[in-house]
Amino acid sequence: MCGPQIKINEASYRTIKDICASFDNKPGELINILHKTQEHFGYLPEEVQQVVADCLGIPVGRVYGVVSFYSFFTMKPKGKYAISVCLGTACYVKGAEKILDALKSELKISEGGVTEDGKFSLDVLRCVGACGLAPVMTINGKTYGRLVPEHVKEILAEYAD
Amino acid sequence: MDTIKLTIDNREVEVPRGTTILKAAEQMGIKIPTLCHFELDGLALENRPGGCRICVVEVVGRRNLAPACITECMPDMVVKTNSFRALNARRTVLELMLSDHPNDCLQCPKSGKCELQSLAADMGIREIPFKGQQSQYPIELSPSIVRDSNKCIMCRRCESVCHEYQSVGAIGAVDRGFPAVVNTAFDEPLVNTNCVFCGQCVAVCPTGALSEVDNTAKVLRDIANPDVKTCVQVAPAVRVALGEEFGLPAGSIVTGKIAAALKAIGFDYVFDTDWSADLTIMEEGTEVIGRLKAFLSGDKSVKIPVMTSCCPAWVNFYEKFYPELREYPSTAKSPQQMFGAVAKTYFADKIGVTRDKLVCVSVMPCVAKKYETEREEFKVDGTPDVDYSLTTRELARLIKICNIDFANLPEAEFDSPLGASTGAAVIFGVTGGVMEAALRTAVEVLTGKTLPRIDFEEVRGLEGIREAVVPVPGVADLNVAVVYGLKNARTIMEQIKAGTCKYHFVEVMACPGGCIDGAGQPYHHGDASIVKARHKAIYEADRNMPIRKSHENPEIIAIYKEFLGQPCGEKSHHLLHTHYFDKKIKFDIEK
Repeated sequence: MCGPQIKINEASYRTIKDICASFDNKPGELINILHKTQEHFGYLPEEVQQVVADCLGIPVGRVYGVVSFYSFFTMKPKGKYAISVCLGTACYVKGAEKILDALKSELKISEGGVTEDGKFSLDVLRCVGACGLAPVMTINGKTYGRLVPEHVKEILAEYAD
Repeated sequence: MDTIKLTIDNREVEVPRGTTILKAAEQMGIKIPTLCHFELDGLALENRPGGCRICVVEVVGRRNLAPACITECMPDMVVKTNSFRALNARRTVLELMLSDHPNDCLQCPKSGKCELQSLAADMGIREIPFKGQQSQYPIELSPSIVRDSNKCIMCRRCESVCHEYQSVGAIGAVDRGFPAVVNTAFDEPLVNTNCVFCGQCVAVCPTGALSEVDNTAKVLRDIANPDVKTCVQVAPAVRVALGEEFGLPAGSIVTGKIAAALKAIGFDYVFDTDWSADLTIMEEGTEVIGRLKAFLSGDKSVKIPVMTSCCPAWVNFYEKFYPELREYPSTAKSPQQMFGAVAKTYFADKIGVTRDKLVCVSVMPCVAKKYETEREEFKVDGTPDVDYSLTTRELARLIKICNIDFANLPEAEFDSPLGASTGAAVIFGVTGGVMEAALRTAVEVLTGKTLPRIDFEEVRGLEGIREAVVPVPGVADLNVAVVYGLKNARTIMEQIKAGTCKYHFVEVMACPGGCIDGAGQPYHHGDASIVKARHKAIYEADRNMPIRKSHENPEIIAIYKEFLGQPCGEKSHHLLHTHYFDKKIKFDIEK
């Protein structure tokens, strides 16, 4: 009769401990720590959040509360190429939804999904600060603007490796 | 005092600077409705997020409406609590809340006690004009608590008690926008989290989102079963609170009526947890004396302070958060479990039934007691020592189901041999009570002299952490501490870890003011005067008892003679003591 066991590999455990330590294990630095941690792992699975909570001495619910609140944080691994479609006001009125639909049918996944081969993941976000280029999407941080649905196929072809 | 004058609903009022509009209105007899706001005055329990906006009022000259619960009064402010604009906004807020709230009030466990329901009634809601998405969460059952997140209105009172008051943090807000809800991390069932089942979330929840597991149907079925005998025990704090459910004033002592009601419901044997509270003092007191004597004679291996172990939420807390310190709390079982262990051995033998033919029910002011009955270590051959634990509220329901006119019921006595008790036992229901009861016995045993006074006023009170020095002539000056609220208990545990704890003996209870405000008690909806009335009543019940020291209880003396032998002897060690587990989350680190 013992408590729950959280499985994690040693390298990951060390990395998270080091990231937390670099912020002096301060609970007030939670968001910054999660940014760094997600940067490293690509996502924030349960066991990672458990270690963060342990390092900061806060309930894991606090960590999960933050992770589930901000759409930037994800608990699912992203694809090798993470696509984000902006659905902010400017992009939306300029037809962003059609771009999203084109991506969905091309990749055969829905928002928040990852293609079976793990190559592409598809997310939506609100405004990347490039409203002048609306509608906009980004792939691993690279911005594509003034999109029409017909562009989708050729852009994806750039990532054909 | 620095005061300011303002006008509320055309009447002038003077209040200390810093007073909220809500409080100022309250002192004028104006009751502005609230939902998320919760405050238990003087008991360190509050939730003031200013989030639900039910309390909005109009402040003349201010562009938007002001939430009264968090807006401070300003000099010459003109407030209108019932302007058309405020009333409209308030109604809209409530209608929007109700548009995503199940309307199954007839079957809801909070029906009649629900603050959302009362508000809808008070505001005369007859239709909900908004139609939209409905939350669809599964209902989660745990050993103690039922969670129906569809009824959550995100007031976050539960989150405040769980995080701030108990320092547990099992539930909190997750997600954003429409799907935002109070939940566990990763949607895990409560049993897999660090929840200690104190149930204070249930006690403060304004709706049916959180309620206790209801065992009344099982109890009625067993009472009707001719193949089993049923016995029941009633915890101390129940007798100063149950009356509230039947319109009696808070603090009414209804011990005799409870005994009568339980007999009328049909229990074969009606006993008293106060009896086993006296037994707990014999066992825990003997352990305290033994450990103290060893410690004072220089034995460094003995763990000091001794901590009480009657509160099941506190036990869960140290198993989950401080398992490395689990040798500090007394090994004595709680009164509920001591009762069960004796009932299913000594008493079952006495009436000639086997343990599986004796159903043992407890009535507790507590929700965590339900979890305690299900612990594997409290089962013998698969049958638990205590079969079901009911809350005070469930007992009220049983009494109503059985058509008993409780308020006018003639009083009755508890049955023998597990029914006699002392004043020391009844104060188990209040913070400081277990400490005082233990001192009444331990000091007499240590000094060999009759106490000149038995009221240990120095350990009474309602502050969250209290400490006292109790001189024991010829032995030592005992440093004792009494805490309630697990955040305060955490403070003591951190002191022990740091080696700075100066106490010899510490009492811990999880709930505000102790069991009198346990999570199984009638809902007080934030009215601290109710808790204070129960507090006073417990000490009155103590004064009313002819015997006020546990070691003088004739039925306790008898059972040691007849059955148990010596306190902390072989038989009592086996039946009345337990051990604790390491339930802390661990990382299984793979190379």
